[in-house]
Amino acid sequence: MTLSVHDLSFAYRKEPVLQNVGFTATPGRLLAILGPNGVGKTTLFRCILGEQKRYRGTIEVDGMNLAHLSPRALAHRIAYIPQIHAWNVAFSVRDMVLMGTSHTLSPLSAPGKKQEREAEAALRKLGIEALSEQPFSHLSGGEQQLCYIARALAQNAKILIMDEPTAALDYGNRLRVLSTVRALAGEGYTVLLSTHDPQYALWYADEILALKDGRVEAFGATAEQLTPALLETLYGRRVTLTKTDAGNVIVPAAEERNRS
Amino acid sequence: MTEAGTAKNGSAGRRATVLALSGAVLILLFFGAFAVGRYGVPVVDVVRILFHRVWTLVGLDRVLPMPVTWTVTMETVVINVRLPRIVMACLVGCSLSAAGATFQGVFRNPMASPDILGASNGAAFGAALAILLGASTRTITLAAFFGALLTVTLVFLIAQRAPGMRMINLILAGIMIGSLFSAGTSYLKLVADPSNQLPQITYWLMGSLSGTKLKDLPLAALPMAIGLVPLLLLRWQLNLLTLGESEARALGVRTDLLRAILILCATLVTAASVSFSGMIGWVGLVIPHLCRKLIGGDHRGLLPCSMLVGAAFLLIVDTVSRNLLAVEIPIGILTAVIGAPFFLYLILRKEKTL
Repeated sequence: MTLSVHDLSFAYRKEPVLQNVGFTATPGRLLAILGPNGVGKTTLFRCILGEQKRYRGTIEVDGMNLAHLSPRALAHRIAYIPQIHAWNVAFSVRDMVLMGTSHTLSPLSAPGKKQEREAEAALRKLGIEALSEQPFSHLSGGEQQLCYIARALAQNAKILIMDEPTAALDYGNRLRVLSTVRALAGEGYTVLLSTHDPQYALWYADEILALKDGRVEAFGATAEQLTPALLETLYGRRVTLTKTDAGNVIVPAAEERNRS
Repeated sequence: MTEAGTAKNGSAGRRATVLALSGAVLILLFFGAFAVGRYGVPVVDVVRILFHRVWTLVGLDRVLPMPVTWTVTMETVVINVRLPRIVMACLVGCSLSAAGATFQGVFRNPMASPDILGASNGAAFGAALAILLGASTRTITLAAFFGALLTVTLVFLIAQRAPGMRMINLILAGIMIGSLFSAGTSYLKLVADPSNQLPQITYWLMGSLSGTKLKDLPLAALPMAIGLVPLLLLRWQLNLLTLGESEARALGVRTDLLRAILILCATLVTAASVSFSGMIGWVGLVIPHLCRKLIGGDHRGLLPCSMLVGAAFLLIVDTVSRNLLAVEIPIGILTAVIGAPFFLYLILRKEKTL
């Protein structure tokens, strides 16, 4: 499924957060959203997920305007993978994943055998079926993130939205989560992912969307768009981009490292 | 069967076991409570008398008459004195605990209780006003019921209008309106006739199930059923709601609508309870906590478990309240005396399943 955003503008009270944002996310591709803190990445996701409705412009999935869809119909198309959070969740991993199937049920019923099987398939796919009886709150951050991804798979929506999935993870888990997501994009999922680290975008994303002051600064293939010049515009810091045989590396410019 | 499959049956099986056990305990307590009292009736006769009543009601006595092995006094005590009270204790305990579990889920706050939105204060004001005006028992009950509903409606309307976080507004509005009504009740007590009205108001505020009549039962059971059935049906959706606004929405939940329905139903059962029983605190707070330890936080198990255990708990407390001393102790005092230390015990003990 293709997600396209046209001319999206949004303001909290009078302060504009997003201005004329437009881009397209296509199946099979991982789109990383970059930009400094407070630039409107989360707001953009809120608009897409229907949590914020008072925006101007249109958001469409395969040509269908999302503004007209109920949360249930939206859940058929878009899955949200939140940042891991500290509060206590009372459910087992299996039940958390099972919740992804809720939109296929009548609101008055609970999941049955069919949904259990879908949840199990999702857990197996991510290789965390051994955790399924564990309380969600006892998992490590990386495992929780994988559990959320499993829930999104059980939801069976083809567009995945991830709000800084790596923010609270250690280095190893970041790589594990990102390569998992990368593989899902390879299977035909449309993945939107916000990140604070351009290095990860460089390694894992097919395309980037760079936001600055609520506007699109750059949008397109990572290799073409993710340049030192763009990063300096976004973050106000000078960096160099070095091509190596193993991949490209972003390094802060020498004078940046010594600057107080 | 795969390992995961067996394990799954393990957790679902545990849920079923805990529920079956709670149900069995409730049934035993139900029949046992009839036998306890100043006029003793053997449990065997209790079962016979109740069975005979049902037997006669469905008209089977004409086909196959049952031998009467008990005295008329026994039958009067069981059917007219103890039955209404025992059933009402179960209904109120069940309702308050279900409402407590629901509010704790909706507000994602383990300290939420059935009167978090001011329902009890509204009911108390309504009841006190009715007593002051010299109304009949039935009118007092109705006044309490509508007092509770009116308060929560008011709280809801205020929270809808206020800017900012709706859930927090709801709780704040509940506290404010609740204390306003409680001030109103204090004033009514001040102007009430100290020789008869004031004791009646005070007694009502302490909560009691004495004086429950057989014909009260359907009147209480109807609104409770209207509230409890949707709560039971929506218990999976309530699970989703505990994940928070963004996640619940993204999983396909119409969060505002669901919350409104759950609050409405929980308020209805709370109002029905307090209007018949007066103020009975702690049940709706403590029982869901206890059940969370017994069966976990999944509302598929938690809600029915709270209902069964809540009914059993209030039945025990009411039986104690009518038997412990020569003068009956108001049940609200006992639930506080038992509930508060028990709650302390629950929060102080180490994290382990019971």
